Amino acid sequence: MIRLEDTTGSAVSNAIAAERHRMGSPATGMVMTLLIIADEANQTDATMAAAMAAREHPMRILVLIPRLSRDAARLDAEIMVGGDDGPGEVAKLRMHGELAHHIGSVAIPLLLPDTPIVAWWPSEAPKVPSEDEIGAHAQRRIIDSTASARQTVALKNSIKGYAPGDTDLAWTKTTSWRTLLAATLDQPHADIIGAEVSVPTSHASGLMLAAWLGQRLGVPASVINSKGPSITNVRLIMTDGEINLSRRDGSTAHLLRRGMPPATVALPRRSIADLLAEELRRLDPDEVFGEALRNVPNVTKGKLKLGARTKPGKKAAPAAEGAKAESKKSGAKAESKKSEAKSKPGKKK
Amino acid sequence: MTTVYNPLRDSRDRRLPRIAGPCALVLFGVTGDLARKKVMPAIYDLANRGLLPPNFALVGFARREHSDQDFAKVVHDAVAEHSRTPFSEEVWKQLSEGLRFVPGDFNNDAAFDELAATLRRLDVERGTGGNHAFYFSIPPWAFPVVTQQLKRSGLSDPPPGAWSRVVIEKPFGHNLESAQELNRVVDSVFAPGSVFRIDHYLGKETVQNLMAIRFANNLFEPIWDARYVDHVQITMAEDIGIGSRAGYYDGIGAARDVIQNHLLQLMALTAMEEPVAFDAESVRVEKEKVLSAVVLPQELGLHTSRGQYGPGWQGGVKVKGYLQEAGIPKDSKTDTFAAIRLDIDTRRWAGVPFYLRTGKRLGRRVTEIAVVFKRAPHLPFADSAVEELGQNAIVLRVQPDEGMTVRFGSKVPGTAMEVRDVTMDFQYGESFTQASPEAYERLILDVLLGDAPLFPRHREVEMSWKILDPILDYWAEHGRPDQYTSGGWGPKSSYEMMARDGRMWRRP
Repeated sequence: MIRLEDTTGSAVSNAIAAERHRMGSPATGMVMTLLIIADEANQTDATMAAAMAAREHPMRILVLIPRLSRDAARLDAEIMVGGDDGPGEVAKLRMHGELAHHIGSVAIPLLLPDTPIVAWWPSEAPKVPSEDEIGAHAQRRIIDSTASARQTVALKNSIKGYAPGDTDLAWTKTTSWRTLLAATLDQPHADIIGAEVSVPTSHASGLMLAAWLGQRLGVPASVINSKGPSITNVRLIMTDGEINLSRRDGSTAHLLRRGMPPATVALPRRSIADLLAEELRRLDPDEVFGEALRNVPNVTKGKLKLGARTKPGKKAAPAAEGAKAESKKSGAKAESKKSEAKSKPGKKK
Repeated sequence: MTTVYNPLRDSRDRRLPRIAGPCALVLFGVTGDLARKKVMPAIYDLANRGLLPPNFALVGFARREHSDQDFAKVVHDAVAEHSRTPFSEEVWKQLSEGLRFVPGDFNNDAAFDELAATLRRLDVERGTGGNHAFYFSIPPWAFPVVTQQLKRSGLSDPPPGAWSRVVIEKPFGHNLESAQELNRVVDSVFAPGSVFRIDHYLGKETVQNLMAIRFANNLFEPIWDARYVDHVQITMAEDIGIGSRAGYYDGIGAARDVIQNHLLQLMALTAMEEPVAFDAESVRVEKEKVLSAVVLPQELGLHTSRGQYGPGWQGGVKVKGYLQEAGIPKDSKTDTFAAIRLDIDTRRWAGVPFYLRTGKRLGRRVTEIAVVFKRAPHLPFADSAVEELGQNAIVLRVQPDEGMTVRFGSKVPGTAMEVRDVTMDFQYGESFTQASPEAYERLILDVLLGDAPLFPRHREVEMSWKILDPILDYWAEHGRPDQYTSGGWGPKSSYEMMARDGRMWRRP
């Protein structure tokens, strides 16, 4: 590792090239530049995850850590090339003082020429990622609503600020669920009239999954409060029964379908590195995500009442609002309507 | 495969992989090397990556008296030892619920009736829906009796809406005649679209990479012909010997084992015209065109070479020669190294020889396609300046380290004008991750999905034998394989064969 203190962008660039030379491989086979906009609290984990993902996608990883302070403007850098962390090259850049407001000026000279740029905010993301100083340069912008302190707010922001090319790890986390559900519907089945997803209060992944199911199937979708971890159950309600996929322990799921014997299937939660690697596999806008995201406000809370034909007024209740008001009831009875009236953000217990 | 309209699927949603529908895989020959080292681990890895249906069943069929539990242990041990992805109890539990074993001889009607009954039970217990794949991990002599048994017990006729597929591993026969006979036997029971010929050397990833390099770029295709290309070398080298496969290998040899399918397929993919679409049929048409245009050298003795590895040292380990291996007759004429020259009679490749070589116990394990270019027609430098300049080359590495190397001349820094060969390298970084599937995994998944783009049809297999048969016949009648030192790059005769054409082998 090379440490440069009070340095400049071009010095960092030279140091990376020199380090490559020293390793004996001056040519680079990098396929993209990944910009991680992090703070001291999350930069280590994020860098490690990115280094893992770099094994699949050789890339230059720039970790940008703004350090707002009254100090004089100053750039410190740590550079790691190759080695045990994977084949990528990593530069951690700490921008002090006024420079913390101009991180783009440090990042731009370090972008690899003529290759895609991906920006990743491991925790809180800007309101409109595509208009962010860094985000504007990237064709792929990865946020993580599930890492936000207020997940539903984060999700609501990303609906408002959405631009093609945005993506959310909350969405990536649903891929294995979506895969299994899609495979289930490859088989003949009766008409589906509703979808319910059980998930801990205001979990962004659960909302995304419900929104996607509702949007694709054209049926009312809701989220039901559960103890977790993460998504615990998905019900696709059909005219003659239901498809029920449940995962209580975060690793093994049970699938129940009418006319089929029950089945067990491995459905483990995935690491951030895994999720990131999946994100980097495709760099064009994820339109399916955009469409699902737009449907999030149509997701209702609590059990669907399908027998009595869903009332149009109720269905439109925005989930983000509802989630805020959700209480910590795990039974998730239809009575959750009652708690919607209250307004404590599910904190107690 | 019946397709149900599925609103959850969207062609734009490329995150979702296709999962095979409910089905059972019947494995004949569960004790074989390939079954234990490749097929079973691949099935586990597929399950681990969530690509198998939740109600998948695996049925073993073999002579020995196993119970379901014994079989589960065989699979468990094979998986624990050889699987690529980490072992997880949850996945194993999912898989083990669908494991069954049926003991019996291939001649035993009762055993196959039991197999049919087991599958019918699974259709109910596991919901496999009458979809069955039969994997023949057995010697070719057993094919006729097993296919007949499947027909007799009604297993080759799927119920309406279900499918029945058969998987055959290479070698697909040992010459044209036997290949035709084999095809006749299998095709008499299964429809051509239901027969999957697996060559585990030829992974789908490789083929797709090759197609992408050739046809997604504008950079290479314009120079991909006889005007610029001098010759092509396709090499598959293994550093290992025959190991415990004496029974299989002796009498087959390197040419039948590797050239017949693998190297000829790589050659076809390198030489073919652009297919009109990237689907099974279009690619096959182009490959068949290439294979049909292949001509053999007039003098087979001068343009082919074969060898047997002798005792020696390889990679710091003392190793036996082929004739000293257990189970090999002292006078065996089986080739463990084979090199041949082929020409393709088309406008694109007129006068461009394709050199194919393969061998065991060579310097290192590598498979590559080297397209070697002609020298520049005129060099405006002094002779001394370009003394060390070789021929430009594009090398497509198939394995390991899948990627591409370009070799070209560059000036040596300094005041003197001197040009020397340098290489530029691109490598898919995937080799470390789970995302890069092993060849067997993709092959098995394709069978379960009913996707056949890369499985050669019997016509391609027969065309390949037509190319190879005259060479094998010539070898059978003339002399015996040359001995070569283990750990080197083949017998002297292989270098002489190149020298006759004024060329030399690349050291891969």
